[in-house]
Amino acid sequence: MAEYINSVRMLVAGEHGLVIEFGNQISPEINERVQRFAKLLHLEQIPGIIEVIPTYRSVTTYFDPLVITRQELAKSVIQLLGRIENKCIEELLPPRVVHVPVCYGGVLGPDLEFVARYTGMSPQEVISLHTSKPFLIYMLGFIPGFPYLGGMPSEIAVPRQERPRERIPGGSVAIGGNQTGFYPIESAGEWWLIGRTPIKAFHLTSDKPFLFSVGDYLHFREISIERYFAVRRSVEEGTYVPEISYL
Amino acid sequence: MITTIEPGLFTTIQDQGRWGFQAYGMPISGAMDRYASQVANLLVGNCLDAAVLEMTGSGGTFKFDEEQTVAVCGGDMQGLINHTPISNWSAFTVPKRGVLRFNAVSRGYRMYLAVRGGFDVSVVLGSRSTCTPVKIGGHEGRVLRQGDVLHVGQDVERTIQIGKLSSTYIPQYGKEVQLRVLLGPQDVMFGSAVLDTFFGSSYKVTKQSDRTGYRLKGPKIKHLGNADIISEAVWLGAIQIPADGMPFIMTADHQTTRGYAKVGSVIRGDLPKLVQTKPGDSIRFRCCTEEEAIKALQDEQDRYKKIISACKKE
Repeated sequence: MAEYINSVRMLVAGEHGLVIEFGNQISPEINERVQRFAKLLHLEQIPGIIEVIPTYRSVTTYFDPLVITRQELAKSVIQLLGRIENKCIEELLPPRVVHVPVCYGGVLGPDLEFVARYTGMSPQEVISLHTSKPFLIYMLGFIPGFPYLGGMPSEIAVPRQERPRERIPGGSVAIGGNQTGFYPIESAGEWWLIGRTPIKAFHLTSDKPFLFSVGDYLHFREISIERYFAVRRSVEEGTYVPEISYL
Repeated sequence: MITTIEPGLFTTIQDQGRWGFQAYGMPISGAMDRYASQVANLLVGNCLDAAVLEMTGSGGTFKFDEEQTVAVCGGDMQGLINHTPISNWSAFTVPKRGVLRFNAVSRGYRMYLAVRGGFDVSVVLGSRSTCTPVKIGGHEGRVLRQGDVLHVGQDVERTIQIGKLSSTYIPQYGKEVQLRVLLGPQDVMFGSAVLDTFFGSSYKVTKQSDRTGYRLKGPKIKHLGNADIISEAVWLGAIQIPADGMPFIMTADHQTTRGYAKVGSVIRGDLPKLVQTKPGDSIRFRCCTEEEAIKALQDEQDRYKKIISACKKE
């Protein structure tokens, strides 16, 4: 059995919750274990389990303690931990990359100039780095469909604003600290807005309401403002087909 | 159909919540006071998950086109049917063209109005609950406004005998409540003296308390080290301690993930007590065991069963 299993901790999250913690840092290795474990636990369909939520370094599961006790659940968790490194058929499929078209700068990305000044680069260099490779979705949270992404080049990191902006338009692509992501809906926030995407992270009426999930990658792509409005129209008309590839 | 003549301070359609999408960041929403909302449904013979109206602080005025059986539970908003007072925690008939009017809350904070059949709005991701921060669910994803028209659904489960609930099942709302807490998962980030302060002090409910969470004010809860943790899931009743040391308790519309240390969780059985407090009320915490928390859940289930048999039509 792999050594990390001894360092996994099970913590109490109220009488309905169990936190399974895989470490205390943000790293692709820990997050991969989190995601594999969350998938296994989800597939196991243990009676009494209500939800399974993977985050950076832990999985939280909510359960009905009148159906399954914490001790019974803990037993299943330990069994599943032993299977975490087994390859399942669906894992032979490489990770999904969702392409996110972004119009950078101008009115749609009012802070691009600032980020460029702060990092001592030209706006185009910031865009080049931001579109240079796919970024892993470590977790979703804060607002529905908000991706916490890892892997952004540190050259374009900028400390968060001290005061949050009260209204950030939905679709805004932003940088905060060494993280980047986009705001799927209008929200308050303290990240710097470098562009905007016309695509939506969720469509509530669709069979698959959310465009991406934890473990997928997002790859930002630069588009012109004309293209931005064209894509936005097709999103509104429901004809937009997201571009997805595999790593 | 039921027309909103006056919406009240903050009135939304809620059921028992939008579960299953927290991994995508979707809040659960649902009735803040699960007990009062479910009892209101039982009193009119609905299934527990039928959609009800939740009114906060001050209730609205509604005109009924047809005769309807309704129930009112939770905070007392001194309802009137065509100027005749109704009793709280009871079911009654609103006549055709009747007007049901509510006032400012006198005891408690949140009131639930159930109609036999439930309120009929589109189901979004498995729930009729309004989530105002995300602008989805309920009536157009927002609080009710003057003129909004509501329709009655078919979420009926049994025939009932209309009446008032036995006082055994009616909670008493006071200005001071005690909430039981299960420690974890980050209680170790606080020293034992600080935990003594937490459990030994009284905290005031601040005005910055709403459906997303209750912010309290009182003696500071100091972290041993850094206040923040790597963002992870948060849940109903989770007591976060941000850097300012003031407890912040998660309720129905809470964000699914947060980066604050959580000293413990208010047990589910005591959440109704929390959400019936209003700004200015006091809260004390008491450490309890998991057995006690689960016993409270079992007792709640038993109460529902007894209420069902009490209002069953002979």
